[in-house]
Amino acid sequence: MQIKTILWREWRFFLHRFWKITTSQLVTPILYIITFGIGLGDKLEVGGQPYLFFLMPGILSMVTMRNSYYAVSMRIMLGRLNDRSFETYIYAPMKMSSLTLGYLLAGTLRGLYAGAFIFIISFFTKRAIDVSFALVFMLVLNSLLFSAIGFIASMVVDTHYDLSRFTNMVITPMSFLCGTFYQVSNLPKIFKWVIELLPLTHTTRLIRRVSFGYGIDYFSLLIVLIYIFFLTVISIRICYREITY
Amino acid sequence: MIKCESLYKSYGDIYAVNNVSFEIETGTFLGLLGPNGAGKTTLMRTMIGLLEPNKGEISFDNMKMQKDNLEIKKRIGVVTQHINLDKELTINENMIFAAKLYRINKDKINLEITKTLKLLGLYELRDRKTKKLSGGMKRKLMIAKAIIHNPDYIFLDEPTVGIDLNTRKEIWRFLRQENKKGKTIVLTTHYIEEAEQLCDLVMLMSDGKIFKEDNSKNLISEIGDFKVEYNDTEMYFYNSLREAKIATKNSNKIFSISKTSLEDVFFHYTNKKVN
Ligand SMILES: Nc1ncnc2c1ncn2[C@@H]1O[C@H](COP(=O)(O)OP(=O)(O)O)[C@@H](O)[C@H]1O
Ligand SMILES: [Mg+2]
Repeated sequence: MQIKTILWREWRFFLHRFWKITTSQLVTPILYIITFGIGLGDKLEVGGQPYLFFLMPGILSMVTMRNSYYAVSMRIMLGRLNDRSFETYIYAPMKMSSLTLGYLLAGTLRGLYAGAFIFIISFFTKRAIDVSFALVFMLVLNSLLFSAIGFIASMVVDTHYDLSRFTNMVITPMSFLCGTFYQVSNLPKIFKWVIELLPLTHTTRLIRRVSFGYGIDYFSLLIVLIYIFFLTVISIRICYREITY
Repeated sequence: MIKCESLYKSYGDIYAVNNVSFEIETGTFLGLLGPNGAGKTTLMRTMIGLLEPNKGEISFDNMKMQKDNLEIKKRIGVVTQHINLDKELTINENMIFAAKLYRINKDKINLEITKTLKLLGLYELRDRKTKKLSGGMKRKLMIAKAIIHNPDYIFLDEPTVGIDLNTRKEIWRFLRQENKKGKTIVLTTHYIEEAEQLCDLVMLMSDGKIFKEDNSKNLISEIGDFKVEYNDTEMYFYNSLREAKIATKNSNKIFSISKTSLEDVFFHYTNKKVN
């Protein structure tokens, strides 16, 4: 299985950088929890609940999204533009579909790994998140979706600068605007429309509802699955473009 | 057998490979010799399927790159001009990765890796991270990775650039051995010595074209085995030392007589030096 070959390589990479990866991905969520949750959390309420309660699933969504996106896009970009190790796949007898799926899976696992810490952190606040199968499933979808976005972005850029611009212009705004920190329903109508088109809005909704025990929003689930389907297809196609024959 | 038919590859307006055709027999040790910018890398990358030619066809033993690229790729080993190792991983992990990539049987992986690393003198260093290796060791690891699946064809793009003399000789010895085992080797170089000593077929390349191909002995004999150089500017070639001596007998200019090298051959046809 060639997918396993990719996963093996990324697993070794992960082990070599275990402490760096682990510590750096802890910083951001802890900052958010301290500033928004603990700092403001007691004074604010959203939907009749303390803000921290509302915030936790949002952070879970943002952290899985960002880490899977970063993990894939950095690895692919550096492999293509820096150490050029990416081309070893191209002159090897490698199916581009396996290559793509391998990286999307590796990114998904990195997203889940980052998410696991939010569960642990939440345990020390007054609002522990309950782990359920449905919740993990939603996190997998979120991570997979943003792994694919990271994959596509890093496959089409020609410089580091382009990728960081895409991250700053698209990924970072998205991570704040899509209901991770507030309720989208509070927004003016036109604005809401735009936000409803973005995938993170739907994954965040799914994650939050499931973690509150409100059940699955099937409309959002459908949108997310459609997104994943098309982004995966595009990822594979872009990868085949690298094989010139 | 490798066959290239009317290959063209351009970057914008410049043809880095400009109508190249050749055929080489299995077991050949081919050297592509030319100065920087001649198009050697582009030609090699086109041959191994990393670049798509604008026109032309490449085939290996009657399998066409266009159609059977997966099958062909199983049978070629590649050492690119730049180092493309996974820096974070150790030597051993890089090897396991290559072995998995080329689908070597699980129970044979360790054996093959040990054998290959020992051949290239890297076995003792196998747990060292790649980013901590010297240039020569990295290059040897690139070669080890390229041959782990016992390919029939080995492509090496300037494999000894920037490497100390001992390591270079070691690599040469190794490549000679592989060639003796019947492997076809395609090597690019701008080192005259490398082409002269290793290759049984040399193709001279300049401006995207291969303008001459033969073994180095014939390439040299064709213009004359001995060179007379006056004041380091004018050059004349003679077939024997006797003729060269006769020609210089009455000269009152400063001159030197030496054996013709491939560098001279290259200069003779192009007015350009390889180095
Ligand atoms: N990616 C590229 N984009 C544009 N021009 C290139 C590129 N790669 C090589 N060239 C040009 O093509 C010509 C051949 O380059 P190359 O194949 O690297 O030669 P060599 O390997 O013999 O030094 C050179 O003129 C070089 O500048
Ligand atoms: Mg070159």
